[in-house]
Amino acid sequence: MTATATSARSDLSELGRSETALRTFLHGLPGVDQVGAEQRAAQLGTRSIKTTAKAQAIDLAIGMVDLTTLEGADTPGKVRALATKALRPDPADPSCPHVGAVCVYPAMVPYVAEVLRRSEVHLASVATSFPSGQAPLEIKLADTRAAVEAGADEIDMVINRGAFLAGRYSEVYDEIAAVKEACGGAGTGGQGRPRAHLKVILETGELATYDNVRRASWLAMLAGGDFIKTSTGKVPVAATLPVTLVMLEAVRDFRAATGRQVGVKPAGGIKTTKDAIRYLVMVNETVGPDWLHPDWFRFGASSLLNDLLMQRTKLKTGVYAGPDYFTLD
Amino acid sequence: MFEYAPAPESRSVVDLKPSYGLFVDGKFVDPADGGSLKSINPASEEVLAEIAEGGAQDVDRAVRAARRAYEKTWGRLPGRDRAKYLFRIARIIQERSRELAVLESLDNGKPIRESRDVDLPLVAAHFFYYAGWADKLPHAGFGADPQPLGVAAQVIPWNFPLLMLAWKIAPALAAGNTVVLKPAETTPLTALLFAEICQQADLPAGVVNIVTGAGETGRALVEHAGVDKVAFTGSTDVGRAIARSVAGSGKKLTLELGGKAANVVFDDAPVDQAVEGIVNGIFFNQGHVCCAGSRLLVQESVADQVLESLKRRMGQLRLGDPLDKNTDIGAINSAAQLTRIRELTEAGAAEGAQSWSPPCPLPERGFWFAPTIFTGVTQAHRIAREEIFGPVLSVLTFRTPAEAVEKANNTPYGLSAGIWTEKGSRILWMADRLRAGVVWANTFNKFDPTSPFGGYKESGYGREGGRHGLEAYLDV
Amino acid sequence: MSERVTVRKTYKLFVGGKFPRSESGRSYLVQDSNVSLASRKDARDAVVAARAAVKGWAGATAYNRGQILYRVAEMLEGRREQFVALGVPGAEVDAATDRWVWYAGWSDKLAQVYGGANPVAGPYFNVSAPEPTGVVAVAAPEVPALLGLVSVVAPAIVTGNTVVVAASPTAPLAAVTLAEVLATSDLPGGVVNVLTGRLSETVPTLAAHMDVNAVDLTGVRDPELAAELEVKAAENLKRVLRPVPADHDWSADPGLRRMTALLETKTVWHPKGV
Repeated sequence: MTATATSARSDLSELGRSETALRTFLHGLPGVDQVGAEQRAAQLGTRSIKTTAKAQAIDLAIGMVDLTTLEGADTPGKVRALATKALRPDPADPSCPHVGAVCVYPAMVPYVAEVLRRSEVHLASVATSFPSGQAPLEIKLADTRAAVEAGADEIDMVINRGAFLAGRYSEVYDEIAAVKEACGGAGTGGQGRPRAHLKVILETGELATYDNVRRASWLAMLAGGDFIKTSTGKVPVAATLPVTLVMLEAVRDFRAATGRQVGVKPAGGIKTTKDAIRYLVMVNETVGPDWLHPDWFRFGASSLLNDLLMQRTKLKTGVYAGPDYFTLD
Repeated sequence: MFEYAPAPESRSVVDLKPSYGLFVDGKFVDPADGGSLKSINPASEEVLAEIAEGGAQDVDRAVRAARRAYEKTWGRLPGRDRAKYLFRIARIIQERSRELAVLESLDNGKPIRESRDVDLPLVAAHFFYYAGWADKLPHAGFGADPQPLGVAAQVIPWNFPLLMLAWKIAPALAAGNTVVLKPAETTPLTALLFAEICQQADLPAGVVNIVTGAGETGRALVEHAGVDKVAFTGSTDVGRAIARSVAGSGKKLTLELGGKAANVVFDDAPVDQAVEGIVNGIFFNQGHVCCAGSRLLVQESVADQVLESLKRRMGQLRLGDPLDKNTDIGAINSAAQLTRIRELTEAGAAEGAQSWSPPCPLPERGFWFAPTIFTGVTQAHRIAREEIFGPVLSVLTFRTPAEAVEKANNTPYGLSAGIWTEKGSRILWMADRLRAGVVWANTFNKFDPTSPFGGYKESGYGREGGRHGLEAYLDV
Repeated sequence: MSERVTVRKTYKLFVGGKFPRSESGRSYLVQDSNVSLASRKDARDAVVAARAAVKGWAGATAYNRGQILYRVAEMLEGRREQFVALGVPGAEVDAATDRWVWYAGWSDKLAQVYGGANPVAGPYFNVSAPEPTGVVAVAAPEVPALLGLVSVVAPAIVTGNTVVVAASPTAPLAAVTLAEVLATSDLPGGVVNVLTGRLSETVPTLAAHMDVNAVDLTGVRDPELAAELEVKAAENLKRVLRPVPADHDWSADPGLRRMTALLETKTVWHPKGV
């Protein structure tokens, strides 16, 4: 991933210095009408993507998968297998692209790093006391630094939803900014390594309204997030199309305002090729081709990959495959 | 770039005959004194079928058949049996909805996405809704025993051919009338397929008669002395002529005519949804919508921002083959309509308004017009006053809510209006003052069989839909 | 002792809350009184007055309109003998009074009976409510002069319309006297405007007037004139109430028709979301 270096058109960097300024700004964002947003998302969901477009979408989607395992039962063996699959998702077909990243808990990072070394597949680690985020800041920062030092080049942090819902926006902002600093990079003890990219998980299922999703998106971007991500996958409501729509609108408007491009990662509940294609259509028609790249759009998913591979094989061979022909990890 | 491959809906589901007669007294018959017309696919100019052009004798034959059915069968049938026929029709429409949707898109030029997701579901819902009224008329608020009128003459437009048929036929039959319906000359095919559905439903002969033809056929129908009721949807000019022609006849008349709706966007609007609403308001069905939000009134303080978003969104509209499932903007319905759109947009440019369209290659064959917005428009421009009935939006600005109301109401029409603001009390304040039969707040172009639809002023009179829609077909 | 010389009344038009003579300076004799013979210009002036009154009257609360209509009934009751002296049967005055009372009560009920929530298939609040159509031109029935007039004016104004009424040409005294009742009933000027004279002179002007929203042809007896007026009304698509038979029973329950025919149904949609 590369950060955009466009110079800022509006200087919003001062907003984080004042609780009042931050609140005034976030509450001054245009509202989101729930029904209208959901209808737009549903309408985009009716696009019919066939043949060559489908093949293109599948390969793009494979490259955007953050192949994820976030279980208490994760072991070195499990995550090594997953990382191996990330490099060559379809061992039978060398033309199949690798995934975007492998996403694991901090403790698993060293084992994944062994496998991914010198590959183009990124290594993402959740951090900041994932998934609840309910830990003292120092522990969250230590969590982050440990993951980076173990080889993660992407950090998926969770925001403090309690603080957000209580209206303590500065607290959320400051925490994101601190975690970003902990992601390393020049001058912050990063040993010359480029700074790890920061994905900020909003946990939209707990934010309850699209207005909140829009505000949290802006808050995360203002505080320096490189990506905004919907969900941990650990609460009942994970990524949805309308939530992703609102977040895409936010990154679009943020770039228009500041010149900085931020990525989007829906995570959780995206299981089928059909689902993934709906998201890609939404990206295409909401923010355009600039975001149709693994640097700017990711899927946090696990079982999605095998469905993408099955559909890919079907398109190539004309025959529907079965799950036995794809690896389970 | 992510290019969508063609995704055409198969037209094999439609079984077109080379020619169609008139549907009179339960049978397809050749016209007695009429000629024939060709119905073409406006997206390709391909001839789809030859259709009969009903003459005065054909109209007379159909009206007599309707009268006989009214007196002998339908008028005597208990409401619960009329209900069951209507339910039966509703079900067959659901079962054959793909076929009807494809045929509608072929004949009309509208995108299959709309005929499939909007027109057809509403058609079926309309029959279901009025089916349920047929045996409940004493409870509809029109007295203990409201009576039907008799034979209804119904003339419908080409923009929503089957949906307008449903809006006309379902309440008429529910109330106990029989009908003679004339579909538009450019879009008769789904009405003829509907005639087959009436046969399939074993609807008694003569209850529904379909006489195809053009203006003269329609005139003969509304002026026929044997009809008790005239219902028309179409242009205000034709509506006026019909109102004159039925003067003194005692025929009950309902008219659903043109519009020039204002879609008012305030500075506190939910802007992304407002932009969708603007797009849906004017580009839905190529702008061939009487209630289209053809005048955008945007608060001056956010005009630039809204226009920028609107233009970006318009860049995503996909114009082309109506049968492609990803098409947003289909073909203009006819060469004549295309000429009218061109004439009015040329007038707009000549009067100094600035037009803008996204890059949008138009197919070579067929009738097409790129989605267009005009800025720098004032109330004095023709494009701000006259109904264009095409994918052309006139953008005006306002400063205060009172000015928005004044401009919105400054038109002889009064069919619909839109309001976009997050402030509830302002919505209600605006809704009270807008002189329009349908006010969409934070939404646009929504329809439902339970919801009355119809205009103020020169947009016509009477309401279609809901309990109100029964009144047009009852002697009350 | 000489008998007192009585003061006679001049029967003038009622326009915009005032009692002007016809601008034409013409009058005609009815029951030994000179009555203004309204001109086409008077009809146009009356439309201007009626239009000016729409905003305030339609914008008044339904409760307020009901109060004022009931006040009309109170005033009419008090003037019963004045109408009897003009030859209106006492029972007709009573019926006319009762009709004002009946319509007064409808002001804040019609929207509940004739409108309501619509259960649309989607996440929307959807409500239909009747609104006044605007300026209504009325040809009052020739007889009964008072009950007929009240029966066409009250249903038009109770919902918020304003009216220009061409009174019965042969019995205009009751109409002008009713105007005096209206003028003392807190009814804002211009809500009801009364023209006396020939229907053939005023009504065609009203039926053709582009700032009139509806015509009620109840009192037009000549079918050809009625058809001609309907044609004129078509020019701006006025709502039309057609003539009623000469033997119409004005004492019967009027039902809702005379109110609903002069209403527009407005349906408002709004999404329901968080």
